[in-house]
Amino acid sequence: MNLRRDVFQAIADPTRRAILLLVASQSMTAGAIAANFDTSRPTVSKHLQILTECELLKQEQNGREMYYHLNPNKMKEIADFIEPFRKMWDDRFNKLETIMKKYKSKE
Amino acid sequence: MELKTKIDAIEGKQEIVITREFELPLELLFKAYIEPEIVEQWMGTKVLKLENKRHGGWQFETLDPKGNKHGFSGVIHEFIPNEKITRTFEMENAPFGPQLEFLEFEKLTADTSKLRMQVVYRSVSIRDQILQLPFAQGINMAHNRLQEIVNKLK
Repeated sequence: MNLRRDVFQAIADPTRRAILLLVASQSMTAGAIAANFDTSRPTVSKHLQILTECELLKQEQNGREMYYHLNPNKMKEIADFIEPFRKMWDDRFNKLETIMKKYKSKE
Repeated sequence: MELKTKIDAIEGKQEIVITREFELPLELLFKAYIEPEIVEQWMGTKVLKLENKRHGGWQFETLDPKGNKHGFSGVIHEFIPNEKITRTFEMENAPFGPQLEFLEFEKLTADTSKLRMQVVYRSVSIRDQILQLPFAQGINMAHNRLQEIVNKLK
């Protein structure tokens, strides 16, 4: 099952929100970010991967190290107050579509 | 990412337009709006009353995650099968008052259809407050809803 990566899904997780707050002030390596959490390094890596996939974070190679920093353009999407309203309707309509497709095949 | 559901909310106007194209024949899309047990599924609400006719009334009751009941109701002004529903919508015990909704259903192809929903509010500021409700309810809710749908798709 391929989950669609979107910003709202990404920031629904408290650890990921904490990561965004961390890198908001400065670019950091995965190691430096992980040092701030009790969770395992692979778990933090997974969070970083999700945040990168939905473009909230950007990676930048600096010498041998990979640095993560915030993508301000994507962060603006969260600030767009109409988006959750749209998403609420989109979710409802997706549900409607799924239900009626099943309904059709039952007939 | 192409958006299947579009919201047009022009600044300073007291209305919004929601449009959505469905991979469903027009008749099935319309059915989802008039059969109480289907409405209950996709709206996530209990349908207490749904009189699909001119001068008919409708009444929904929704439980929030904390178990509180929320009522929604209105009257139907115009009802043309597979074409149009004009109705009022009101959140009970909320300070917004009723809103007027024009739902227009359109056949695109034999298997696709389109819904255009024009919603008129009493004032610009009420419109903006209602638009912000899902945002205020928080991103966790959005996440839960998404998760719910994804689970059903499995």
